Amino acid sequence: MTLDARIPPGDIKDKWTRFQSEMKLVNPANKRKYSVIVVGAGLAGASAAATLAELGYHVECFVFHDSPRRAHSIAAQGGINAAKNYQNDGDSVWRLFYDTVKGGDFRAREANVYRLAEISTSIIDHCVALGVPFAREYGGTLANRSFGGVQVSRTFYARGQTGQQLLLGAYATLSRQIGLGQVRMHTRSEMTDVVVVDGRARGIVTRNLVTGEISSHRADAVVIATGGYSNVFFLSTNAKGSNTSAIWRAHKRGAYFGNPCYTQIHPTCIPAVGEQQAKLTLMSESLRNDGRIWVPKSKGDKRAASSIPESERDYYLERKYPSFGNLAPRDIASRSAKEVCDDGRGVGPGERGVYLDFRDAIARLGRPVIEERYGNLFDMYAKITGEDPYNTPMRIYPAPHYTMGGLWVDYNLMSTVPGLFVIGEANFSDHGANRLGASALMQGLADGYFILPSTIGNYFASSKLPALGADGEKALASAADESRALFTKLVNIKGKRAVDSYHRELGTLMWDRCGMGRNAPGLNDAIQRIGALREEFWTNVNVPGSSNDLNMSLEYAARVADYFELAELMCMDALHREESCGGHFREESQTPDGEARRDDQQFCYVGAWEYTGKVSASRLHKEPLSFDNVHLVERSYK
Amino acid sequence: MEFTIRVWRQAGPGSKGELKVYRANNVSADSSFIEMMTELNIHLLEMGDEPVAFEADCLEGICGTCSMMIDGVAHGPEKGTTTCQLFMRSFKDGATITVEPFRAGAFPVLKDLVVDRSAFDRIVQQGGFISVNTGNAPDGNAVLVPKDQAETSMDAAECIGCGACVASCKNGSAMLFVSAKAAHFANLPQGQAERYRRTILMVEQMDKEGFGACTNQYECEAVCPKEISVNFIGQLNRDYMVGKLKGAGGK
Ligand SMILES: Cc1cc2nc3c(=O)[nH]c(=O)nc-3n(C[C@H](O)[C@H](O)[C@H](O)COP(=O)(O)OP(=O)(O)OC[C@H]3O[C@@H](n4cnc5c(N)ncnc54)[C@H](O)[C@@H]3O)c2cc1C
Repeated sequence: MTLDARIPPGDIKDKWTRFQSEMKLVNPANKRKYSVIVVGAGLAGASAAATLAELGYHVECFVFHDSPRRAHSIAAQGGINAAKNYQNDGDSVWRLFYDTVKGGDFRAREANVYRLAEISTSIIDHCVALGVPFAREYGGTLANRSFGGVQVSRTFYARGQTGQQLLLGAYATLSRQIGLGQVRMHTRSEMTDVVVVDGRARGIVTRNLVTGEISSHRADAVVIATGGYSNVFFLSTNAKGSNTSAIWRAHKRGAYFGNPCYTQIHPTCIPAVGEQQAKLTLMSESLRNDGRIWVPKSKGDKRAASSIPESERDYYLERKYPSFGNLAPRDIASRSAKEVCDDGRGVGPGERGVYLDFRDAIARLGRPVIEERYGNLFDMYAKITGEDPYNTPMRIYPAPHYTMGGLWVDYNLMSTVPGLFVIGEANFSDHGANRLGASALMQGLADGYFILPSTIGNYFASSKLPALGADGEKALASAADESRALFTKLVNIKGKRAVDSYHRELGTLMWDRCGMGRNAPGLNDAIQRIGALREEFWTNVNVPGSSNDLNMSLEYAARVADYFELAELMCMDALHREESCGGHFREESQTPDGEARRDDQQFCYVGAWEYTGKVSASRLHKEPLSFDNVHLVERSYK
Repeated sequence: MEFTIRVWRQAGPGSKGELKVYRANNVSADSSFIEMMTELNIHLLEMGDEPVAFEADCLEGICGTCSMMIDGVAHGPEKGTTTCQLFMRSFKDGATITVEPFRAGAFPVLKDLVVDRSAFDRIVQQGGFISVNTGNAPDGNAVLVPKDQAETSMDAAECIGCGACVASCKNGSAMLFVSAKAAHFANLPQGQAERYRRTILMVEQMDKEGFGACTNQYECEAVCPKEISVNFIGQLNRDYMVGKLKGAGGK
């Protein structure tokens, strides 16, 4: 199969308008005859489910959470971008487009990114109308702040809880449609499979997490909005329940996996402390607006931060990247932190940490301003570490945070399985090899409120979708049987080792070998070890209880089983991409001063992997990327 | 650190539950309560016991999933803190800690510490929104929102829907939750069109779900991890009365 991104012709500025005016429509009376399954109700899923229902489609929405309001989007702190140019600082759709393509290190599709930038402004308007309480200036206008990798202020926010407020907006509008009977909501339901009939996605299989019941559900199209897979690293900033299972099972049913190795390691997280730690906590990038990052100039300097004089501090981002300073993009900031720590200049326990210091900002702006901007983040830091960041600098270290990789989709957000759409963090689309801050919320809502509701109509209007016949029923039933068999198999292993312990070992391995720095011997070794660990898992994992009731160990075991397979594919992808780009740093490919060296001659493409029955036998397909508007240049933030 | 943990064990919704006593040894003071419970579960697994079912997700105090009564207090002893942000350094070494689910008539126990809080969702489905379809919005700055109004709205909107307010109220009342949802919108210009209708529909659903009445004891505010103010309850009561006078709330 050849990969066709289905990018509309014409000038980049007109593509989306043109698509919308030329797309086929479903007439209003016919819309209710179509049913759509939406899996996930984070920003992407909730906004899509609500908007599809407003249009008149019948929607069935599934989440593993007890309520759609708990999706991981709730945890986003810093903000959401939009090219409003309210600050009159030279922003425009073009600039947001340019920043995102460059920030992604030229590994995203131009047409998608341009559309994203275009739609960004409507997102803010709609969210305001839904009652999202964005921060305001005294005059009542919307307030903005800056994020890394850009030189304008285009980020909208609601205290340090932007994701929560945007999600509550989407949840509210979804709830309205549930109340109206347009959406049927299924909570505590985990998707375990996609059902493909005659080459099209026509349903899913779910497990009821309270009763253990496995059932299949039919639809005319399936939308997956299940978020990212950073938890493959065990320790990450993601919620514990975030998982890869939905997209991985879809991958095994024919959806290609795009750029699995592109993961974002976020520079500002609270460093790990102990063996029992369950997750890493993000300190929003917005802190880099006012905080200055530094380490001591000399190795092994054990003095308290306050006793290290100015002249003995190395503000390394300001030194290396004077024009972006502390707001250098995430991949660069993370790698620089690793470098200074590898150099023996890290601070705190284990010397894996750097300072994020607010001393100067507090002196300049006063404590109340800092409290208003970041109060809840400071409180959270104090609670977790027992230290007061108003008086001693925060200690931070990079942590896995976001996955740019995901299921490959075309311009319509449709995967390689017709009728299977993928939106939000679950798809591979707009961020290339590195995502800029405050652009995931933007992408999730662009996909859900604006893009998918158009493109799905075009799909319905241009496809024949016969009622499911005997073959269809058989496919639904046999997929359900396969899921049942999987869960039965897991509870029957009755081995000795807890699921958690496998996940930790896999995560540590991935962090060492496929984390901030990657090289061929390390990746080859990881692939071997993942295989061995996976084999052990399937003979020795201890899953207590039964598959017929609420059994959290079982849910977890099934997710970890998928991580093993995904991890192998990530390493294969990282191994084949013998260049450095964005968050993917191949140690063999760097410039003399240690910056990432891209190789556009060989690797200017999206790597999309096809499952062929065994991960190690996955087949690579390439979607070449062309840059007609933003010219391929070496990315510099100096 | 070392603890004796008394945990509520209940096999399913209809079954009888009981407190069981376990030991938690070698707990780091930097562990969160959830991490301590996870270690306890790994220990139970090794002993051939079934792990305790409990919920937690973001571990950052924002998703509202975690829900434990710790020594009789929703989310435990620290003010303005969810269970997942509670650290073991808050407890005395050697202490006995009792852990129970968020109990209330409208929150049935599903298993051990897991309760069903979907009644909250059904309240929101009745009116906790602004009715505007995608595609209708004017420019974001077309409606100016004075900063103090935006801040008040945000104070209310911070509610994480965890249900601590209900679990700590002797009447099992959901008034703090409902009033926060209503105040989030009632303090914004965009929320005015449906202000009274929203209030009445949500309150009616709240009653249907079997939540109790508010008798102004303010336990809810004391345990709220987001420190939502009971002043919003006053605003809700006023809006409810005005709404009734206006005959709002008909479908
Ligand atoms: C701590 C943190 C802070 C962040 N801050 C920002 C920020 O400031 N700005 C920004 O732009 N981005 C930020 N991000 C990134 C951003 O929050 C996420 O990328 C985005 O919210 C993902 O949204 P989503 O809708 O794709 O998925 P999610 O919000 O993860 O939703 C996934 C949904 O799918 C459901 N689901 C998952 N698996 C299954 C399954 N197998 N079966 C059934 N249902 C399933 C879940 O129940 C849930 O409803 C942050 C991320 C983190 C971790």
